Amino acid sequence: MNSHERETMTRLKTPLDLVKLRDDIISARDPSKLCITICSGTGCRAYASEKVSAAFEEEIRKQGLESKVDVKRTGCHGFCEKGPLVVISPEELCYLQVTPKDVPEIISETIINDRVIDRLTYTDPTTGERIAHEYEIPFYKNQMRLVFGNNSKIDPKCIDDYIALGGYSALAKALFEMTPDQVLEEVKRADVRGRGGGGFPAGRKWEECRNAPGDIKYVIVNADEGDPGAYMDRSLLEGNPHSVLEGLIIGAYAIGSHQGFIYVRQEYPLAVENVGIAITQAQEYGLLGESILGSGFDFTIKVHRGAGAFVSGESSALMTAIEGKVGEPRPKHIHTVIKGVWDQPSNLNNVETWANVPLVINNGADWYRNIGTEGSKGTKIFSLVGKVNNTGLVEVPMGMTIRDILDNVGGGIPGGKKFKAVQTGGPSGGCIPESAIDTPVDFDELTKLGSMMGSGGMIVMDEDTCMVDVARYFLNFLCDESCGKCLPCREGVRRMREILTRISEGEGEEGDIELLEELGDVIAKTSLCALGGTAPNPVLTTIHYFRDEYEAHIREKRCAAYCCKALTSYYIDPQKCKACLICLRNCPAEAISGGKDQVHVIDQDKCTKCGTCFDVCPSRFGAVVRLSGVAVPAPIPVKQRSIRRK
Amino acid sequence: MVATEIDKVDEIVERYTGEEGVLIQVLLDVQREYNWLPKEAIARISERMGIPITQVYRVASFYKAMSLTPVGRHVVSVCLGTACHVRGAPKVLDKVEEVLGLGPGETSEDMKFTLDTVNCLGCCALGPVMVVDGEYYGKLPVSKVSEILDNYE
Repeated sequence: MNSHERETMTRLKTPLDLVKLRDDIISARDPSKLCITICSGTGCRAYASEKVSAAFEEEIRKQGLESKVDVKRTGCHGFCEKGPLVVISPEELCYLQVTPKDVPEIISETIINDRVIDRLTYTDPTTGERIAHEYEIPFYKNQMRLVFGNNSKIDPKCIDDYIALGGYSALAKALFEMTPDQVLEEVKRADVRGRGGGGFPAGRKWEECRNAPGDIKYVIVNADEGDPGAYMDRSLLEGNPHSVLEGLIIGAYAIGSHQGFIYVRQEYPLAVENVGIAITQAQEYGLLGESILGSGFDFTIKVHRGAGAFVSGESSALMTAIEGKVGEPRPKHIHTVIKGVWDQPSNLNNVETWANVPLVINNGADWYRNIGTEGSKGTKIFSLVGKVNNTGLVEVPMGMTIRDILDNVGGGIPGGKKFKAVQTGGPSGGCIPESAIDTPVDFDELTKLGSMMGSGGMIVMDEDTCMVDVARYFLNFLCDESCGKCLPCREGVRRMREILTRISEGEGEEGDIELLEELGDVIAKTSLCALGGTAPNPVLTTIHYFRDEYEAHIREKRCAAYCCKALTSYYIDPQKCKACLICLRNCPAEAISGGKDQVHVIDQDKCTKCGTCFDVCPSRFGAVVRLSGVAVPAPIPVKQRSIRRK
Repeated sequence: MVATEIDKVDEIVERYTGEEGVLIQVLLDVQREYNWLPKEAIARISERMGIPITQVYRVASFYKAMSLTPVGRHVVSVCLGTACHVRGAPKVLDKVEEVLGLGPGETSEDMKFTLDTVNCLGCCALGPVMVVDGEYYGKLPVSKVSEILDNYE
């Protein structure tokens, strides 16, 4: 029985009530009953997973199978590349890219006749072997899904699902078997570092907040995930909101706070919805509110929607936004743990950090310390995106090398292209080149490379990515998002962008690189907050590792990735052109002349360099070529354009 | 704005009675109601909440989720997140701009389309992504853009 089907939820008054409730939920469920789980995270939803879920419900009703099989919509499973994902338990049979059309067959073949439909299973790209079970697929097999794993087992709108898996047992343990000091000590000893950016030790932050003078203290979940290319916090909050709530309540107990805030972007409507439902359900069970589980500890949580400003994810800015004001950062001579929201001591951690807390309390600091590296304990969720085969969310122990993440989990680069770099840390991070691909990924190693962990975005780039363009991309983003309060960030980042734009347009001059380095150094040292302080990173790391690309842009006016439009031309090789008319018909600028049996020619003055001709030219001809850094050959004389076909 | 619409604003303000620091939440709700923040609504919020109108404007003009101009019947958002960027989002945006004849942030005179760019929708596996009125178009080839937009009336 699902909790939302239950009419009233009984308030739990003791930790024993929680244990009893869990036993009741488990015994009311038949472990052998089939359950069709449909990933309903944002990625799969965008692939129309809701239509798949509805089709399953409809088909089950039609066939009268309601008593034999359940349908469950869960949060993100992580393998977004192959969505919509369907997992049939208890066997954990995994079907990929399922459409509503596949549903009747899945019901008749798999559910009724117990046969696997090969077509929908995973194919190993190297061996061609079919893999039917989720846990055997390399993408999942090579991960360690401690924080994220329950996403695929839980209906996020159903608190009973979470409790059935042992949810809130860490809270009961903290409240009844540990003092706030012991909880604090455990988190400190586990050395949980903040997963939102800088990797500051969470336990130390908690301690400073706990010791700060003042009776009213606040704890805050930062779900203002703003780094483009990172979406693990969204998926965690959408898919397993109770794990975040449980961590927050435990933290509040350790710190001595009775009021929490969840600051979540309004661009994440599903996260806002699910966390709201989770709070209501937790309140009804007495896991939030007055005297939680009869312990005498009171705690409530409010949700605050962020209104779309990257800088508001910075701690002091976020706290100003909670007060209903413009979310701009302030100088942090006094830390927010001393004076934060309404000048009261306030402790902010990000979604993933809070979700690690129940694990630490349940399993102990020693267990936690066994995972990861010397300086970075536990696992980290990364969003592995860009030019990689298995895009999605992956959770691996700290210290796995970039190569292992890319190859073993990510399945390598698509189309046989060459790996160029991986960008980590969002707009505050940097690009890591192939020479550093065997670096173990943890907080300190990434910082040593000039990048940072950030929230865990990992954007893979191949030979078709231009590093100058990537740097310019981030500066565009940062110019947009700079709040303008301090000069180095407001003006400096803008000037850097101007220089990069000149370089990418072929107007670069000697000395530009040095100027960028100098500006970057000043901006990093003098900006008010971390946004400006780290803004030069994408430029400085790309100069550091890919200086030759900058030089080629400046000296040879050449973009090796054929990415910078002003430096790239498209040309049809008259020897290879078969006059098939495909490019001519597809050119949106009508810049291609020619005809049947007439070699096609691009009018360079009309060409908008959209690349459509290059994309559509059949690969067996390969007649359209990209040129950069060299002059475009003159078009062949009209008289010689006829093709004689045999 | 007609009187009944002002009532809506009042209703939203009343939802938060007794709570502190709720201006952003009120503005977001009003924005959701009208798809933008009409002048009259801002004046009403200022009056009802006792916050100077300059301060309301300061907040309303700072955040991306709030619009001080009306938006078209169809909102087209092109994701320019990093993952989409490396998979060719700039070319998609060029094409959308060309088809609609609009730049980012602009609305067509007939109020049919508003073009917007976003910095990440969190569905990076689908990149490049365009969203029209909440409908996602993922792994979008430039050649499909005009066909998709033609379907909107």
